[in-house]
Amino acid sequence: MALARPNQLAASQETSVSFQSLIADLQKFWAAQGCVILQPYDMEMGAGTFHPATALRALGPQPWRAAYVQPSRRPTDGRYGDNPNRLQHFYQMQVILKPAPGDSQQLYLASLAALGIDARAHDIRFVEDDWESPTLGAWGLGWEVWLDGMEISQFTYFQQVGGFDCDPVSTELTYGLERLAMYVQGVDNVFDLDFNGAGGAARITYGDVFHRAEREYSAYNFEFADTALLTRHFADAEDECRALLARRLALPAYDQCLKASHLFNLLDARGALSVTERAAYILRVRELAKGCCEAWLSGERPTS
Amino acid sequence: MNSGPRRGELLLELLSEEIPARMQQRAISDLVNLVQAKLAAAEIPASDVKGYVTPRRLIVVADGIPAAQPDRSEERRGPRVGAPQPAIEGFLRAAGLASLAECEIRDTGRGEFYFAVRSHPGRSAVAVLPEILRAALNELPWAKSMRWPGARLRWVRPLSSILCLYDGEVVPLAVEGVPVGRTTRGHRVLSPGEFCAASAADYFDKLQHAYVVFDHDRRRALIGAELDRRAGELGVVVKADPGLLDEVTGLAEFPVVLAGAIDPDLMSLPAEVLQTAMRTHQRYFSCAYPDGRPAPYFLVIADNLAPDGGAAIVAGNERVLRARLADARFFYDQDRKVRLEDRVEALKERVYHAKLGSVYDKVRRIERLAEALAAYIPDATPALAQRAARLAKADLSTGMVGEFPELQGIMGRYYALNDGENARVAMAIAEHYKPQGPHDACPTAPESIAVALADKIDSLAAFFAIGERPTGSRDPFALRRAAQGLIRLVLENALRIRLGAAFAKAVEFVLVASPDSAELTALQEELLQFLADRLKVHLRDQGVRHDLIAAAFAQLGAVGLLYTANYEDDLVRLLARVQALRSFLDTEDGANLLVAYRRAANIVAIEDRKEGRARSIDVNGDLFVLPEEEALARTLDSVGDCAAALANNERFDEAMAELARLRQPVDAFFDKVTVNTDQPELRENRLRLLARIRATMNRIADFSQIEG
Repeated sequence: MALARPNQLAASQETSVSFQSLIADLQKFWAAQGCVILQPYDMEMGAGTFHPATALRALGPQPWRAAYVQPSRRPTDGRYGDNPNRLQHFYQMQVILKPAPGDSQQLYLASLAALGIDARAHDIRFVEDDWESPTLGAWGLGWEVWLDGMEISQFTYFQQVGGFDCDPVSTELTYGLERLAMYVQGVDNVFDLDFNGAGGAARITYGDVFHRAEREYSAYNFEFADTALLTRHFADAEDECRALLARRLALPAYDQCLKASHLFNLLDARGALSVTERAAYILRVRELAKGCCEAWLSGERPTS
Repeated sequence: MNSGPRRGELLLELLSEEIPARMQQRAISDLVNLVQAKLAAAEIPASDVKGYVTPRRLIVVADGIPAAQPDRSEERRGPRVGAPQPAIEGFLRAAGLASLAECEIRDTGRGEFYFAVRSHPGRSAVAVLPEILRAALNELPWAKSMRWPGARLRWVRPLSSILCLYDGEVVPLAVEGVPVGRTTRGHRVLSPGEFCAASAADYFDKLQHAYVVFDHDRRRALIGAELDRRAGELGVVVKADPGLLDEVTGLAEFPVVLAGAIDPDLMSLPAEVLQTAMRTHQRYFSCAYPDGRPAPYFLVIADNLAPDGGAAIVAGNERVLRARLADARFFYDQDRKVRLEDRVEALKERVYHAKLGSVYDKVRRIERLAEALAAYIPDATPALAQRAARLAKADLSTGMVGEFPELQGIMGRYYALNDGENARVAMAIAEHYKPQGPHDACPTAPESIAVALADKIDSLAAFFAIGERPTGSRDPFALRRAAQGLIRLVLENALRIRLGAAFAKAVEFVLVASPDSAELTALQEELLQFLADRLKVHLRDQGVRHDLIAAAFAQLGAVGLLYTANYEDDLVRLLARVQALRSFLDTEDGANLLVAYRRAANIVAIEDRKEGRARSIDVNGDLFVLPEEEALARTLDSVGDCAAALANNERFDEAMAELARLRQPVDAFFDKVTVNTDQPELRENRLRLLARIRATMNRIADFSQIEG
């Protein structure tokens, strides 16, 4: 920014909300609500829910408020960067409020207002969408939130994780950051998103950052991922997870569960699984997740 | 403004976070019923209970609730006046009275008796209501409910507050974790502040001013009128869609209809794609020009009256639809690069059912079935039917069907045409899932019928063969719908098909190893029984008696094979037989003969049961004593063969007329002949004659099934 000339600065001011400033605004808002602002978890996962700050912390009696961005990988959703709305890697902003506050909906609307989305000028709806994660053994009731017809968030009252009751119940909010930014910026193609809010030569778009990654990862996910290797890795992660669970090391065990989950997603994207095999894999991951949740809840000290 | 409460008025509002649209109507009617029943059970019945529902609230208003339960008095009769002291003391003790002075003396007509009368004053409505209403809340059934912090009650989503007034006073409900009082809030955006209600009238008045159209029916009518008005302004017509209208009515407290435009470039997508993207994914209404062409507009129901007149809302919705349709365009272009023919192999990867192999296996079966069935369908070309069956499931692996599963079959047609397939093949691909429900149109094109039939017959045969039958409310493979579809395809197209044979063939294809014939026969019979049951359900709506269907379904193949039923598996013929049977039973002869049949059948059944055997119908003419026996036997012989022959030629009315000839000799037989004689040989012979009446009539229909 120090190098930006005056005309570039002027240009940058025209774009009210860049992708990164939108994230910063949300973080600021939720920090003011007493959330710890975490950084993304350093492992591949399909959704922010899988971050231990949500999946594990939603269990047990301890109050907890956290917000963080989580890169989410959905190998089957890749389109080689050709589709304006589909990505195999995207960002979610995840908020967990435990126990669920009575004004959860108002807080959520206030967070949109903080982004300049005034509920009075738009049509914001809470449309039934009960959330369930078969691999996590988790479910909750809630809605998709529609902003002028676009689904921008998922809003869930967690009821169970790993098959265990959540007590107290948490509010989980997931913002689809690219969608939200596309709406705010009035952009039709995700790759055209203004990423950094700078003008002229300093301007960086979402495509500048991620288009190549979409192309290459789509090729990897759909064509070149070595399924035999993935299958072996899955088994390894499964074994390691069980070994760690035997030592009641909930968090490292959970990392292996995340690994297994992502490997399963890759195998799925490669079309390597029949419907029955697929169901069997989901069950295997769920068993691991359940074990991790159990270990987390028991809170026992490791045996060695 | 009349804001005072009416006497005995109860107002209950449950304000919650958004209730799923599909659950609202059921919830309010359940709640109204619960409140009504509980008021009545507590002896403070309301004269009228009404309910209203919006996405965020359930409202119940009851009128004319008495201020208190009626007093109850309990009477106990004691001993006669002047009875011995111990009896009197015992009575006083039992009644809890101190002395006879507290008793009444009444003359019962049989002397004077002591009566203990205790009165229990009724509790006030104010005291009873909290219990009743809490119980109603606890018992209200939700399809899915949840817990939330601080509350014990389970509800569909968190309850924000409860407004509850009786005669204008707050009813102290005490629901843990939920505030109860006389305040509530209006529309979330348009009137977010709290307000107080003094009475139901005051509440509804303020609610309306707070931008809440609280009556579902009014919201629905309002949206309907606004849709027409907006469409009218654009010179187009809204596509009527009552299901969608119901749903959107449950998505807004203050519905505002807005019109958006569709990018003309995207209008070239198949109409069904446009429709699905709009309806299923966005809940938009689509429009057409008066001449029927799809118009490039959509109508959306917003829940807000935006200061810019909805411009931003429309722009947002247009952008969303554009993105969805651009997605669809992407899939459409990609999908057309691969021929359907070349997608068939990929179906091997798609499991149909763990025990039934892949979708590819199913396709191979329905190919053979469709080709075979085509022979029974007028104007059907077997080769085209087979081709359509081969390609019928190929679109499952396309991107478009992956994105819009409800377009299966329909996309197959577009892609088939694009590949240069025969138009009848393409149509059959599109229609082979039909009819999907009682209101769905039934295919009439010959090859469409063939593939649609094959698909359903295979599903039924395959799942029955692996022991998957619908039970109670469980029907995970939609076999009842398949059977219903099969019935409609046959009846509405007047197809002459022996379904027993079709099922047998289908079962053979599934159980690749040739099954022992007993297993096959058992399955075939089970399938036909299942079909007959569905037929009863299907025809019930058309006023056809189920017992007549049962009677026409099972008749005897031939005299002598007494207890081996021969199921009627040609549905067209079955219906003709039902019609003839109905007319026959309406005649005096028919009604009379039915009585005689039952009499004969009952006697034989009782004797058969006693002896633990089925009685032969072999009658010995040498043992006839009376002319009536002789006459009956003779008539039975000729009537039986004639009627069966007529029935075989589908001349059912004449067959029934033939049966009518039995009436006179049967009546005469019962009149003059005593079955229970003390001569065992004669008795047996007469019983056999009775059994023969039953057997003869059963050749035309199983009269034992007829009720009433």
